Amino acid sequence: MNLIIDAIAWILDPAHYGGPNGIGARLFEHLWISVLSLLIAGAIAIPAGFFIGHTGRGKAAAVLVSGGVRALPTLGLISILGLSIGIGVQAPIIAFVVLAIPSLLAGAYAGFEAIDRRIVDSARSVGMTEWQIVGRVEVPLGLPLLIGGIRSATLQVIATATLAAYISGGGLGSFIFLGLRTNDYTQMLAGSILVIALAIAFEGSFSALQRLVVPAGVRAGQRTNVRSGSSRSVAAAE
Amino acid sequence: MNWVLNNLPLIGERTLDHLGIAVPAIILSFVLSVPIGWVANRYSASNGALLWLSGSLLALSGLLYAIPSLPLFLALPAVIGTGLRDPINVVIGLTLYGIALMVRATADALASVDPHVEQAATAMGFSGWSRFWKVELPLAGPVLLAGIRVVSVSTVSLTTVGAVLGIKSLGLLFTDGLQRNIPGEIYAGIVMTILIAIVLDALLVLCGRLLMPWRHAAAAPKAQAPAPTKLGVNA
Repeated sequence: MNLIIDAIAWILDPAHYGGPNGIGARLFEHLWISVLSLLIAGAIAIPAGFFIGHTGRGKAAAVLVSGGVRALPTLGLISILGLSIGIGVQAPIIAFVVLAIPSLLAGAYAGFEAIDRRIVDSARSVGMTEWQIVGRVEVPLGLPLLIGGIRSATLQVIATATLAAYISGGGLGSFIFLGLRTNDYTQMLAGSILVIALAIAFEGSFSALQRLVVPAGVRAGQRTNVRSGSSRSVAAAE
Repeated sequence: MNWVLNNLPLIGERTLDHLGIAVPAIILSFVLSVPIGWVANRYSASNGALLWLSGSLLALSGLLYAIPSLPLFLALPAVIGTGLRDPINVVIGLTLYGIALMVRATADALASVDPHVEQAATAMGFSGWSRFWKVELPLAGPVLLAGIRVVSVSTVSLTTVGAVLGIKSLGLLFTDGLQRNIPGEIYAGIVMTILIAIVLDALLVLCGRLLMPWRHAAAAPKAQAPAPTKLGVNA
């Protein structure tokens, strides 16, 4: 336990906060690398997922992408990108975009797919255009599953952004890799605790957010459908 | 390509190291998750302290899965007193992730068993114990299989992360290839990792067909919507 106490003392030491190698700067790097990767991945995957969900075309390709990319080891991807475009922040960001796409794509199209076809047909029969159907019916109803996908992608990227420091890309992982090089276990452990705390903070805020965005009608409808009642339906929504 | 041809024995050795970490973690997480998932499902419809127990088991497994793998591998030695570069840390860490995914899958799998069938089994005189082994577990099989397939793929991929600490697996081909500027070595590691994931997945499907001949095993993953959450790979 002394090791953990040492690491917590390291984190609390005010000397470790300022400057370009301080906790503040590294946390900021960690967050902007993650947010940028997620924005790029979202710009690619969410419209693609909406298109697949609305038209039903290209579903096989989406399943293949979601399944196949999951087997791809991120460390390997960062290594090979690092060799071809050099060390720094670009290679990790590309790797994190690839990492985030499957969850976002699956969240976007599964949200559309889970909607009762009769609802879409009735929207069409009251004269809504295809754009209106997507914007006013499918997107709001598919939102819980899309948020689920965004949550999952965000957690993965925040967690994996630790590996950016593996090729000098910065972020909270820097403490871990610096500790590994200098055989300083206290620093490695302190860096680990910081990343774990960040990931858990995100997990907690997302589960609160996800409960808020489920439309009240959707939640009530799910409850009546599920046999064992309250607790299971929340599980299904997540 | 030259590097690959000259280093086939090394690739084989790293593949075996990789299997030595991933396979025990997959098996352990399955074996340990079934009782925990059973408890989580059994008390999900009850009230008071037992419902709290069921809910907190599921919440805890969600939280566990949020912990990034490299920090977990680094923090485990401080908690359990193993050496920093001991492969056992990676096996334990990956087992914890497997449990985090499988507890929810097991609870869902057991919840998917038709309650009328359970009542019929009780009416026919099955005791609670034999009803679980002979009725509930086999009927929950397809959903359990879908869960363990996800665990298997993510475990095989995450095993490579241990290489950052110098723990032997196919991941060492990544770190070594990057340091020595050998793209072929990194590609070999990526291809072998994906290949192991595919082979283990095929073996799981085969096991499913042998153990559940009454049901085409391939139908199981299709029955489950491609849930976007909790299936990812974190590092």
